[in-house]
Amino acid sequence: MPNLMELKYQVSNEDFTRAGEASSDVKKKLKQLGVSPDVIRRVAIALYEGEINMVIHAYGGEITVTISEEQITMTLADRGPGIPDIDKAMQAGFSTAPDNVRNLGFGAGMGLPNMKKNSDTIDISTEIGVGTTVVMTINL
Amino acid sequence: MTVGEIKNLLDCEVITGEDLLDVEVRTACGSDMMSDVLAFAKTSCALLTGLCNPQVIRTADMMDIVCIIFVRGKKPDEAMIEMAKENNLPILSTGHRMFSACGLLYESGLRGGKMDA
Repeated sequence: MPNLMELKYQVSNEDFTRAGEASSDVKKKLKQLGVSPDVIRRVAIALYEGEINMVIHAYGGEITVTISEEQITMTLADRGPGIPDIDKAMQAGFSTAPDNVRNLGFGAGMGLPNMKKNSDTIDISTEIGVGTTVVMTINL
Repeated sequence: MTVGEIKNLLDCEVITGEDLLDVEVRTACGSDMMSDVLAFAKTSCALLTGLCNPQVIRTADMMDIVCIIFVRGKKPDEAMIEMAKENNLPILSTGHRMFSACGLLYESGLRGGKMDA
């Protein structure tokens, strides 16, 4: 099945105030496409959590969102330090976010669990010192 | 409950969204932690928060939050107000502390929504 649409975004880690711009744009595009509000909400939450993670933990990266007849696929590829222990990172409440990020209202250790909760599939591949790629799909 | 009723109950200043006071609010969420808002907020939800930065507006946008109430007299800057306007998001500011603001709304019948199983 061919993809109906592919969206690409560069995420920078230099300005935390801009974190979420990609997710916001994806949300608008899905609305224009007439995707159901429930699906849009799940995509928005999962993607925004992922985008915030890229800004907090990695040195930026790239988000690709493809939309087909059956599903929305979100690929978040960062050039970051990698995740040493994925099982631990998936635990609600576990966080390695620094204090300055907590002061901004993030770093409660809910990011990855919330991404999992809102997506139908999630696949995380990570290599220490190289980066992490998260692929999430949400069925339409 | 409407945004306008919240404005009156909490004696709020309307920062933006004077034309959105008729919007219906079904539940509310009070938190300074946006991570928790992203994990727990419900639909047609008002957000009470003492955190005041652009990510509050962004989080509200992602969660389809219908109204932000800044507690403890916090006020957003121009950039945040612009973001809110773009998203048709009303912003109120009240001098009440978080606990009192939540209590006043609860007393008037607003609830937090069901807990997740």
